[in-house]
Amino acid sequence: MSGHEQFADDLALYALDALAGEDRVSLEKHLATCAACRFELEQLRGDGALLALSTLGPKPPQRARKRLLDAVAKEAASSPTANAQNATATGHPRRSWWGVLGWAATAAVIVFAASLWKENAALKQGLASASAQAAQSTRELEDLRRIAAPIIEPEAQRITLVAVKTPPQPQGKAFYLRNRSSLLFVANNLPPLPPQKAYELWLIPVQGAPIPAGVFKPDARGSATVVNPPLPARMEAKAFAITVENEAGATTPTMPIVMMGTGE
Amino acid sequence: MKSGDQSAMAELYDRYSSVVYAVALRVLGDTGAAEDVLQEVFLQLWRNPGAFDAARGTLGSWLAVITRNRAIDSLRRRRPETDIEDVIVSVAPDLASEADRSRAAEKVRGVLGTMPQAQRIALEMAYFEGMSHSEIAGKTGEPLGTIKTRIRAGLMALRKAFQGSN
Repeated sequence: MSGHEQFADDLALYALDALAGEDRVSLEKHLATCAACRFELEQLRGDGALLALSTLGPKPPQRARKRLLDAVAKEAASSPTANAQNATATGHPRRSWWGVLGWAATAAVIVFAASLWKENAALKQGLASASAQAAQSTRELEDLRRIAAPIIEPEAQRITLVAVKTPPQPQGKAFYLRNRSSLLFVANNLPPLPPQKAYELWLIPVQGAPIPAGVFKPDARGSATVVNPPLPARMEAKAFAITVENEAGATTPTMPIVMMGTGE
Repeated sequence: MKSGDQSAMAELYDRYSSVVYAVALRVLGDTGAAEDVLQEVFLQLWRNPGAFDAARGTLGSWLAVITRNRAIDSLRRRRPETDIEDVIVSVAPDLASEADRSRAAEKVRGVLGTMPQAQRIALEMAYFEGMSHSEIAGKTGEPLGTIKTRIRAGLMALRKAFQGSN
């Protein structure tokens, strides 16, 4: 399943940065107009990255860690707003931690994010009295419970969405805890989307219009996660559905519905 | 990564620094130079976390690609040729844990070991020494077309070994 055969060998070289001269120029021209070849290039770069894996070696010296973190602290201290401006000035939207971490086992993502959140909250706290610290620990525990609740609470709804059409079988599961407005959605085998499109998840209430519940794109394997999107409090969900929207998402679903499920 | 998440940066460093350092060291063969590349790669990530698109791959693999590119540039003493934002990598295996990485590394070494030697050499020349296909052809005395085909076949062999293993 690659791009065009005549570019196949050149793509492999290009992926390793080993293509030069005329060949490189023609390939770059072709890549500018061919999404299939760009996609194959990504795959090939990934294959090349596997070569990097064969290089187990000594760990870096401890001083390197200190050197990096000192540099980071220095940059953060000298211009905290400049960093923010940098991030947006390049035209990339600021990523949330969920974006940087990517797809991983759901529990691992949650635990990892919760520990970062905890650590980050602790740093921002600064000096605190013993009672304030105790109150904070309780809050952090509550935050962790809130994140994990839709998976572990017995009363959480589990909703499986199945594809409206035929295989390959996209599959999604939504875990929704109404009384905390907590939603966790995981999906597999989602078909890839054209460049400016994204999937959008909708909570279909018992009454009223569908409610947006997260915009997402599948990774290269067709997997995706949505965690705790903002939702109106305590909505009763009759069903969940997915549509294809423009990247920025929509406030009302664009037909057709591509996946749908009701409670088990 | 919100700016100000220094503890998060430390977490990322602890998780991925061994990958980055190992790749840099393999290419450069010099611990001081490898440390410099290590510093550069993480600082770049700190300054521009938006450069990594999690929808398309895993952070460890992305870092491996960036590191190898930077190290090759350093080896060749040339200006960085690719903006890190342009690098898109779709990779299956997640290298988050040491155990994952060790398993994947063994698998890759296995594939490299069973691959025809000429293929492996061509791949390594391109990947770790940053040679162009014409330089490889010149060094090995093989025709350009042969080198191209070998490298592609090598990458496909790696891809095949990891397909369906997630």
